[in-house]
Amino acid sequence: MFRWLSQTLAVSALSVRTIPERASSSAVAMIGIAGVVIVFVAVLSIGEGFRAAMTDAGAPDRAVVLRVGADSEMTSGLQGPATDIIKEAPGLLRVNNRPMASAELYVLVDLNKRSTGTAANVPLRGIEPETLQVRNEAKVIEGRMFQFGTNEAIVGRAASRQFSGVDLGSEFTSGNLKLRIVGIFESNGTVGETEIWCDSRLIQGIYERGNSYQSVLAKLDSPASFDTFKNWLTTNPQLNVQVRRESEFYAQQSQVMSSLIRGIGYTIAVLMGIGAVFGAILTMYTAVSTRTREIATLRALGFNTVSVLISVIAESLALAAIGGLLGGLAAYLAFNGYQTSTMNFQTFSQVAFAFAVTRSLLIQGLSYALIMGLVGGLMPAIKAARLPIATALREL
Amino acid sequence: MKYLPLIWRNLLRRKVRTIFTLASVFIAFVLYSFLMVVQNAFSMGVDVAGADRLVLMHKVSLIQLLPISYTQKIRAAEGVTHVGYATWFGGTYQDKANQFAVMSVNADYFELYPEAHLPADQLKTWLGDRQGAIVGRTTAEKYGWKIGDKVPLQATIWVPKEGNTWFFNVDGIYDADKGFDTTNFFFHYEYLDENRRGAYGMVGWYVLRIDDPSHAVDIASHLDAQFANSSAETKTSTEKAFLQGFVNQVGNIKAIIVSILAAVLFTLFLLVLANTMAQSVRERTSELAVLKTLGFSNGLVLTLVLMESMFLALLGGTLGLTITYFAVQGGSFNNAFLPVFIMRSRDVVIGLLLCCALGIVAGVLPATTAMRLRITDALRRT
Repeated sequence: MFRWLSQTLAVSALSVRTIPERASSSAVAMIGIAGVVIVFVAVLSIGEGFRAAMTDAGAPDRAVVLRVGADSEMTSGLQGPATDIIKEAPGLLRVNNRPMASAELYVLVDLNKRSTGTAANVPLRGIEPETLQVRNEAKVIEGRMFQFGTNEAIVGRAASRQFSGVDLGSEFTSGNLKLRIVGIFESNGTVGETEIWCDSRLIQGIYERGNSYQSVLAKLDSPASFDTFKNWLTTNPQLNVQVRRESEFYAQQSQVMSSLIRGIGYTIAVLMGIGAVFGAILTMYTAVSTRTREIATLRALGFNTVSVLISVIAESLALAAIGGLLGGLAAYLAFNGYQTSTMNFQTFSQVAFAFAVTRSLLIQGLSYALIMGLVGGLMPAIKAARLPIATALREL
Repeated sequence: MKYLPLIWRNLLRRKVRTIFTLASVFIAFVLYSFLMVVQNAFSMGVDVAGADRLVLMHKVSLIQLLPISYTQKIRAAEGVTHVGYATWFGGTYQDKANQFAVMSVNADYFELYPEAHLPADQLKTWLGDRQGAIVGRTTAEKYGWKIGDKVPLQATIWVPKEGNTWFFNVDGIYDADKGFDTTNFFFHYEYLDENRRGAYGMVGWYVLRIDDPSHAVDIASHLDAQFANSSAETKTSTEKAFLQGFVNQVGNIKAIIVSILAAVLFTLFLLVLANTMAQSVRERTSELAVLKTLGFSNGLVLTLVLMESMFLALLGGTLGLTITYFAVQGGSFNNAFLPVFIMRSRDVVIGLLLCCALGIVAGVLPATTAMRLRITDALRRT
């Protein structure tokens, strides 16, 4: 057993050490596999970044209340009296007897993307004084919080970076809407940072919404109170609402986009992977055929067939590993943290996010590279192991 | 052409190598086709947008509604031949995940879109049926709807006065020219307006047809000026610009697609093919010298190697393009937001040109090596 192992190691080391002699053909397999890993990691990092911006926004101890049937905040509508009833629900967190729930409006304004100068649907959220306590991860990092009862507004960090016209201190006009931007807020890099926030009364006036809102975001006294809260609201005959945990709400809002990007990403990766395996097979066949005499000599010296088989696979795996590492590194350096924004189909509004080359993506990419190397090395390895010694030694 | 047998023989010399090179090229062009389909889907029909149609929307945002009373003023504008209006309905069928574009429109709406083909008798039934709906072939087939079916849709934006469900009769099923969306569901605006709980007399956006596309800019600015300083100011653009607006909202998909394509073509095509050709020339050094001794000119040797490279490129590429071209027919992303699933003939032509160009690029170095071989040196090697 030990002899077999040392034989295998010796032959494998020989194949791997001689890779530089076959540099050009080895490069085909290596670069091919690196290319697949770059594309795979890059495309999925878009999906990963988008998903993170959306799902990290949801807290398990917050609930979103919308009208029955509405599929997003924008399509929802709740009358003022209904939001007052919602704020009386059990399970709500109360501070100094004030319910920690925020009735909000959600509309869109056209802003130009800085990168292209083209119009984009940017969400404008009307909030209440309680909102900052409910959305407690949001913090004003530049300027100050706006004053209620004025036309002041604060803008999310990502929105101020991605779109023009909403810089700190500027005045933004669109139709009858005039906003003075007095602060920039951050919100853990989540979707909230793509929004502009102002007094809900301002939107009610300008958009002719009367005393109506679109959603209520409620902070619960504990994540476990969700069912109590939900049941009270959905069985209340005065209300016609649906209640979802905020985390589930955002997961569902990002579902179409995320699965679309994943679907396209995996399709490209699988197809490219097949192509790269063909490249690897070619490389390994070349490696075996240029070393025909060498391999035959080893066999004649008494090295067993399995060691030869494994040595070819080891070479292929080594090439794949180098390719995979290079590809992963290149993707990480080129794309991680790249800031961009897109329109979420489900909410019709822009979401700013950063490409996220996560550790799990890099591991997936490297594993995929090794699988390609293994599959690519298999057939040539079998050929090498089966070489008839006598004829092989006679070859050029 | 008389050298084809020679090229063919050379390719058969190392069958394994030829097969895997072809396979790699084949996969590269399957990917090319797939990427083109993705790009066409994300460009949302900009290519087939009518040059003689304008879209008039609220200046602040598309989600803001416009009064229906604008119809008269728009119709009166010079150069406008047809006016239609539409309101986004949203709605889901049976399950929340079953979404498609549902719009309430005016009776003349279909006159704006000659790309959509609806039998005259079906249109007539629809015009006489308040609850009537006209559905695109793709959606009708997906849910198995036939003419005469009663279809309930759950409200998302517009809640009816009673309950939460709207009922429609499928009066017509439309087909359309290639690239035109056949997933839409249209119904009468009056039915919406009489049964919703508010926003009466408001529509989403207007579509107008004009007599001369070259007047588009003038007509648009004339209309916008007319509604300036009203409670609902407007923004009028050509249908192409309107759709391009959506495409821009999603982001620079084209740049992403082109980058991926470059990676694919470089790693799966150029590198593999160039390596194969280099090996093949190296192995044949003495043979090439013999050819030259027999009187083959340098130019002919160069051409022979280049032809071999192009032959591999075109064979693999054409197979990849043909198979995906037919596979794409009738397929879909199964995604309500990306209804367009086509590969244009233009994409095929560009693909073939890419094959030729890259086939030459891959072959250039080995071919030059072959051309420069000095007979005496080459014969002495081995």
